[in-house]
Amino acid sequence: MSAILLQVIVSGLLIGAVYALFSSGLTLIWGMMNVINFAHGDFVMLAMYTAFMVWTAFGGGPAAAVPVAAIILATVGVLSYFLLVRHIMRGPMLAQILGTFGLALLLRYSAFWYFGANFKTLPDNILGAPFVIGSIRIDAPRLLAGAVGLIVTLMLHLLLTRSALGSRMLAVSEDATAAQLMGIRPERMQAVAWALAAGATGIAGALIATFFYTSPTVGETLAIVAFVTVAFGGFGSVPGALVAGLLIGVIEGLSAFLIGPVYKDVVVYLLFVLVLWIRPQGLMGKA
Amino acid sequence: MRRRFTYGAVGALVLAYPLLTAGIPVYQRLGALVLLAAIGASAWNLIGGYAGQVSVGHAVFFGAGAYAALAVYHHFGLPPLAGIPVGALIAVLIAALIGTPTLRLSGHYFSMATIAVAELVRVLITNWEWVGGAQGISGPAVSRTPLDLTFTSALPYYYLFLAVLAGVLWITWRIETSRMGFYLRAIKDSERAARSLGVAAGRYKLYAYMLSAGLTAVAGSLYALMFGFIDPDSGFGILISVKMLIVAALGGSGLLLGPLIGAMILVPLEEISNSLLGGKGAGLTFVVYGAIIVVIARFLPSGILAVLLRGAAPPKSKPVRAEEPHAA
Repeated sequence: MSAILLQVIVSGLLIGAVYALFSSGLTLIWGMMNVINFAHGDFVMLAMYTAFMVWTAFGGGPAAAVPVAAIILATVGVLSYFLLVRHIMRGPMLAQILGTFGLALLLRYSAFWYFGANFKTLPDNILGAPFVIGSIRIDAPRLLAGAVGLIVTLMLHLLLTRSALGSRMLAVSEDATAAQLMGIRPERMQAVAWALAAGATGIAGALIATFFYTSPTVGETLAIVAFVTVAFGGFGSVPGALVAGLLIGVIEGLSAFLIGPVYKDVVVYLLFVLVLWIRPQGLMGKA
Repeated sequence: MRRRFTYGAVGALVLAYPLLTAGIPVYQRLGALVLLAAIGASAWNLIGGYAGQVSVGHAVFFGAGAYAALAVYHHFGLPPLAGIPVGALIAVLIAALIGTPTLRLSGHYFSMATIAVAELVRVLITNWEWVGGAQGISGPAVSRTPLDLTFTSALPYYYLFLAVLAGVLWITWRIETSRMGFYLRAIKDSERAARSLGVAAGRYKLYAYMLSAGLTAVAGSLYALMFGFIDPDSGFGILISVKMLIVAALGGSGLLLGPLIGAMILVPLEEISNSLLGGKGAGLTFVVYGAIIVVIARFLPSGILAVLLRGAAPPKSKPVRAEEPHAA
């Protein structure tokens, strides 16, 4: 019993690290520009298909797919910023929601049209046999995804808090006009934020694809996971997203194990609504 | 003057439409679908357009109406018509229940909470066998009595939907010109300012939300009447919520005829791209759909009707920012 429970918790932490990674992109953009990217989950979906194409085109595993997906998605992020987000940021909130939601539909159904509705999977043994530690069995792709997710999220946090670039981005998010007077170009910093955020989804997506079904609508589910993580951790807080991501991974696993797999989403959504109602600023957000 | 002309032209077109279709069933069906989308979007407009509380979870109310209409038939053998008040009542109660805590949230927080509630309900309905679970439920296959409102032609539905739309627009117009309408617009512009002037913002937002929910449920019931079938995705799917929002925003949110004009453009577009691209997979329809939405958000952020009425370019970008990013 306790061995199974331990297994569930470890699996939850590993998937939670990946949640943290792609949610940190959403929280970064929210914190910096007060814009919610409703296409965020579909960015992850694109990365998953990228990993799939890297595999079918030249048999490359995650080592090849992760950098490729990161670069492609960062480009998609920068393009989205310059072509769409930059213009709708100043408009009414409805236009912001419409714009990024339209982008989500565009990406989702382009994938549907091009790849078809069927699930695609990478080969199970893409990374070899599972690890067995004591009574716990861990699939290699999940271990890799969890470890990379954790490391990249921490690196993103360090980049934002310990580097000159991070300080410039923070300056823009606090007061774009003042930052501009100090010689920082707000648009360039916001474009960098989009590149980082989308790049993070690229890495996360390429990792998720190694153990999860890839389908055109997978982004919808993942977007809600990202919303929950961001709301739980506090809007704009990368460390908050990390803690919340791990927590949600474990809660999801436990509720699937204890209540039943179909209700794991119910528990997560319920948690989300409760957090918004009771503590809208999240666990680590500023009050 | 411009407003009167625009509204008159739209009204004349809607009334004359059945004559123009020359009895071709496809066009009659298209007309009914336009009106149905306009009813849903007009209901959404009350809270999302006038009060500026962008709900992305109205599928909860739509689904409640649709399921109520077919559940009374399936379980009690009543005509689906009898489910309309039931669905509306359930929707209003749900709105009161979830609106009280959720409407305290502002801006994006409100939108995200409504998405979460809608998804929550969708999952619960999918696992609730009494309403058919993932399979959904069907209505009467053939009309047992005229009360079943099961017609083979779309024309009766056109007139039925037209009557309901007229009712919804009348309610909207009464609110727009009443004290409540001014309150809602004040809340939309700045809730804090409205509160400081003594507007009971929370109460009026809740009234608008409950009214909007009830009318959205009616739209859901009418959908179920016409199609005779409902499942979790067609009742509670996120695209249902999004479509109401998009139709209203495209036409012009917060304007009386905005949703109708949005529906008159978007629904034919959807049907045409469906029939043109249908063979190549339904995906391409939504690609076109998504692209149009992006273009609207980018170039017509206030909607088509706002531009028609003003006869000018969209208003200069103003620094609209959520001044209270957290719950008040």
